[in-house]
Amino acid sequence: MTREIVGRARRLGDDINTDYIVTSARKRDSLDETVLVRYLLETLDPEFAASVRPDDILVAGRNFGCGSAMEIAVTVILAAGIRAVVAQSFARTFYRNAINNGLIPIECDTENIAEGDTVTIRFGDDRIEVENARDGFVVVGRPMPPFMHDILKAGGLVGYLRLAASEMRSPTR
Amino acid sequence: MSNAKTISEKILSQHAGKDASAGDVVVCDVDLVLGTDASAPMAIDYFERMNGERVFHPDRVMFALDHYAPPSSPKTAGFHDRVRAFARQHRVELNEVGAGISHQIAVETGRVVTGDLVIGADSHTVTAGALGAFATGVGSSDIAAAMITGKVWLRVPETIRVEITGQRASGLTAKDIALGLVAELGPEGANYQALEFHGEALGTLTVEERLVIANLAVEAGAKAAIVPHDELTAAYLAGRTDRQPVSVEADHGARYARTVTVDLSASTPLVALPHAPDNVVALDRAVGTPIQMVFLGTCTGGRVSDFHAALAVLERGGGRLAPGVQLVVTPASREVYLHLVADGTLAKFGAIGAVITTPGCGACCGTSGAIPGDGVNVLSTANRNFNARMGNATASIYLASPEACAAAAVTGRITDPASIG
Ligand code: SF4
Repeated sequence: MTREIVGRARRLGDDINTDYIVTSARKRDSLDETVLVRYLLETLDPEFAASVRPDDILVAGRNFGCGSAMEIAVTVILAAGIRAVVAQSFARTFYRNAINNGLIPIECDTENIAEGDTVTIRFGDDRIEVENARDGFVVVGRPMPPFMHDILKAGGLVGYLRLAASEMRSPTR
Repeated sequence: MSNAKTISEKILSQHAGKDASAGDVVVCDVDLVLGTDASAPMAIDYFERMNGERVFHPDRVMFALDHYAPPSSPKTAGFHDRVRAFARQHRVELNEVGAGISHQIAVETGRVVTGDLVIGADSHTVTAGALGAFATGVGSSDIAAAMITGKVWLRVPETIRVEITGQRASGLTAKDIALGLVAELGPEGANYQALEFHGEALGTLTVEERLVIANLAVEAGAKAAIVPHDELTAAYLAGRTDRQPVSVEADHGARYARTVTVDLSASTPLVALPHAPDNVVALDRAVGTPIQMVFLGTCTGGRVSDFHAALAVLERGGGRLAPGVQLVVTPASREVYLHLVADGTLAKFGAIGAVITTPGCGACCGTSGAIPGDGVNVLSTANRNFNARMGNATASIYLASPEACAAAAVTGRITDPASIG
């Protein structure tokens, strides 16, 4: 199965920590991602949240999502309608939280992707690739263990566990 | 191929019930699940969405109300009520406002012993690795799933071997060692990997010092930071727990991704400049930077030995704060707080003019406690100095040892503590 996602690249740099994605201080007022999405990446760019479109794809440099393990950093991105993040590399807690919430994290060379480029992600079990429409250049993403594909296919850990529970309960097994 | 294992491979194999090596994805039994008031409310949402009905092992779950302690708004008070209600319903240990930071409570109350697998919905869960556990930060959904199933999925990490060698240079603190390691590894130098500490000088580091180093390991992205069990670990655990620690040692011939050597004789006091914990320079190079707020606390620098070390410098410096400096003191836990009350330390801080706040995270991440004013330079014993971390994007946060923080409180500038008194 290959999922295809086409979107506009939103270019970010290296070491974007989760406090920058959504600052802890904002969490004093709400833990609701549909509220917090207004403050997405505000420390880096106060205009960013207002400029996000649902088909946007975040494209970052190294170590995306470092710092705090707060899962809200992932759900706020999802609340903005973003379905995938492409980065040179991810901090492990962000990567894990992304998978557990059905946000597709793709680790690949992002140097060639610029702000506003149209990118096509082909996310398959055996092959993950990202194509840049500007020059037709295709980069191959780092493969993901089958277990993580399964969680993503279930839409995250919630769907995965519900599925597991219903399979356990199912009388045919 | 040899089957010699690192400590991480051993602990995860034991908890998965099968032989596992670096790179394998395994599902493991969890010994302790930590949640905080910043992550547990969301975990409770996930728990409900996962159709969770009961907590699989209530005695293996611990919550702490530490990030909003005390709550700074009706909203955050509401997060607390949600966590309290869940804890009551599911008979899970709840550490109330004022009990302290989850990571400190977990180690000092004996909830973690050597060989344990600990997950916490907070990145500094790695701290407990100082006791020889595999302790790692995860998200809220992970702890929800672990509460329901008793398990967590983990990719077995490769390990970086850290050799601690040499006779410690005078004035060198655990914070300096930790900042030096983070700078050497870089912000993602240990990403997806575990650190395992060895070397002839490891035995000279106290457990409180090991906690500092393990705590900061996550600033290099480390998944876990494990100090093997020794007599100091045993002495620390004695009297805190009835559980028998399972000493886990690395096998001879275990495979390491690489080895990093930290020579304590060649290390010097350091400071992390804004806005990243790996943006480290020799303290000498930052000397003179004006400081208006000094923060002593957090899961890095909020333990008894930290406050003793800071107070000694403050007293050497005449026991007076420089004009215009605010000193904020936040013990990491109630146990730390009561110890400092009993031995008179807090009274001395109070007399000096410190603002003493509720045990917990305090000013660390801008969720409760003192927020720095506009344009203020803060020198802090914490682990993170990202822009806006303490709740004001115009403040600049510097990180250093408790001694260096105290020295700045005395002079109003970044100062070598050795030059005080
Ligand atoms: S003290 Fe700071 S770093 Fe430690 S758990 Fe609290 S907010 Fe996180």
